[in-house]
Amino acid sequence: MSIRERLSGNEAAATAMKQINPDVVAAFPITPSTEIPQYFSTFVSNGTVDTEFVAVESEHSAMSACIGAQAAGARAMTATSANGLSLMWEMIYIASSLRLPIVMSLVNRAVSGPLNIHNDHSDAMGVRDSGWLMLFSEDNQEAYDNLVMAHRIAEHKDVLLPLMVCQDGFITSHSIENIELIEDEKVKEFVGTYKPEHYLLNDKEPMAVGPMDLQAYLFEHKYEQAEAMRRAKKVILEVAEEFEKMTGRKYGFFEEYKLDDAEIAVVCMNSTAGTTKDVVDSLRAKGIKAGMLKVRVYRPFPAEEIAKALSHLKAVAVLDKADSLNGAGGALFEDVASAMYVGGNQVKAVNYVYGIGGRDTTAKEIETVYTDLEEIAKTGKVENPYRYLGLRKE
Amino acid sequence: MAYNFKEIIAEKPSRFTAGHRMCAGCGAPPVARMILRALKPEDHAVISNATGCMEVSSFIYPYTSWTDSYIHTAFENAAATCSGVEAAYKSLKKQGKLPEDKHTKFISFGGDGGTYDIGLQSLSGAMERGHDMVYVCYDNGAYMNTGIQRSSATPKFADTTTSPAGKVIPGKMQSRKDLSMIMVSHHIPYVAQTIAVNNFKDLYEKSEKAIYTEGPAFLNVLAPCPRGWGYPTDMLMQINKLAVETCYWPLYEVVDGKYKITYKPAKKLPVEEFLRPQKRFSHMFKPGNEWMIEEFQKEVDKRWQELLDLEEMSNKE
Repeated sequence: MSIRERLSGNEAAATAMKQINPDVVAAFPITPSTEIPQYFSTFVSNGTVDTEFVAVESEHSAMSACIGAQAAGARAMTATSANGLSLMWEMIYIASSLRLPIVMSLVNRAVSGPLNIHNDHSDAMGVRDSGWLMLFSEDNQEAYDNLVMAHRIAEHKDVLLPLMVCQDGFITSHSIENIELIEDEKVKEFVGTYKPEHYLLNDKEPMAVGPMDLQAYLFEHKYEQAEAMRRAKKVILEVAEEFEKMTGRKYGFFEEYKLDDAEIAVVCMNSTAGTTKDVVDSLRAKGIKAGMLKVRVYRPFPAEEIAKALSHLKAVAVLDKADSLNGAGGALFEDVASAMYVGGNQVKAVNYVYGIGGRDTTAKEIETVYTDLEEIAKTGKVENPYRYLGLRKE
Repeated sequence: MAYNFKEIIAEKPSRFTAGHRMCAGCGAPPVARMILRALKPEDHAVISNATGCMEVSSFIYPYTSWTDSYIHTAFENAAATCSGVEAAYKSLKKQGKLPEDKHTKFISFGGDGGTYDIGLQSLSGAMERGHDMVYVCYDNGAYMNTGIQRSSATPKFADTTTSPAGKVIPGKMQSRKDLSMIMVSHHIPYVAQTIAVNNFKDLYEKSEKAIYTEGPAFLNVLAPCPRGWGYPTDMLMQINKLAVETCYWPLYEVVDGKYKITYKPAKKLPVEEFLRPQKRFSHMFKPGNEWMIEEFQKEVDKRWQELLDLEEMSNKE
């Protein structure tokens, strides 16, 4: 029997980590993810876990220590947000190039500057091409479930890539919601033990990690990383299927909400999906054929599947909680639009940058997006594809 | 057992093999070889290496000179990376996931760039956290890998590519940072300054202590660079000797706060003996620049005296 609890998103993440019982956790405090290493330190202090907790002096060292630990043959985890991830950036790429299945909780927050501690997705978007698997979570339940599934995906021999589980800073990390936890024993059995094929601490087979990798080999090594990312899609679905058998909770690359017969739809990630579902319900009550697609697996990007899922629409709006500052669209929009184009899908698409720096995004505002979509569906014209939602005009 | 160079070389094969691509006359490879020889033959080691000459010349895919396990990740984090490996060892050992009777030791190597400068924070953090590891700085007094740029370990007046001796500014205008003393201030169990002289005795004995003292240890090893310093490649061991005999690079160790100078020259040589064979100081020997040599000598004398005082003070009953 699952356990009914009330936990914040950070508590949910820390609880998953406790049940996973990793060998090493190295982390540095940063709002809003600080609570995760805090709760976890308590588990360490009380002997609830077998973990060595490395209270590093920076996030750069957090990721460096995780890399060292995972290469040594241990399961290593960390948590961070925003500037913490920025400081790790160099090591983020190195972690994935070394094919180390490190797992991170990324509690999304606006990257400086100026300084802001609240939620948007600019931190995650900064590492979207770093070779990490990226799962997004609508609420505490998904943050927990994604973490329970994380090691099975990351450590799979066809994958061997690091993985980050994202959730929205404060909005879910600090909101207490109902949650269904899985029993410790079941999690332990599901996650399994980490058995690396090669590792530094194996004195019978010393190994060297992190070479100077020049023109003759780097290209092929990068290709192998790209291939692993492509292979991860199959593994993600297999693990989700097994997870569903254990919990009854179904996960795919994305969640389709009333999308089947929809004419207009919004694509978004993380907690905004909750608000959007409410809006879809109220529009449906008025007879408007509205739907939603919530991206769970952002890396690898399920381009073909998303293009197909959106192909029957008359118009689609993609919400980006980070501005790419590129004079064109946000990252998710560009991914979705190119997926549709390559997939031969000619649905009219529009992009909204929203919620920057923790600006609240209300149901009313999301409703205006659907109103815009109705107009686009009617006229077949997109006047300005790059728009803002909730931006003060004066 | 008394130190016997021939026996050590005969009985302990090198764990850092030939075929690496470091320059002839470079001070670093003999240092790495000797430090690794201080390991007990039955012990496994994991080496963590900062980006730098040593790393780019010893592990070019698919070849490696390291017979022990080895990890390089980036420039500024050899200590943090090593601390993660050591934490993994502790955790797996505690959980019974590693053989009980086998021991692994942890050694980091970084140049002065990766240690005095960009890696100082990571080093300080790892030492303060008390990981059971040795951090070895092979100090060649500049960023040699990128082409001889000044570092905070570069001595005053040295001509480097970012502190060139010009018509107005005669080389680097700042004195060296004293990293060994900074490490002493971390109150870790073992700190030593050493160099490859006298059949490597000082280097070997300090390495052995550093590796087999429980907790964090730091070794600062002067490792001359023929390209950066401008000496003939066959002169490496002489340069090392001059660094010690002039007291430019004093040999000492600090155990539990007690300083011990491990070599005191019977007759301290003038520092110009050390400076003269090196092209990076050649402008100091031009007529009219005598003041530079005088000032350099003063600084060496002052630091040597400070060390003598510290030794006396810390050993008072």
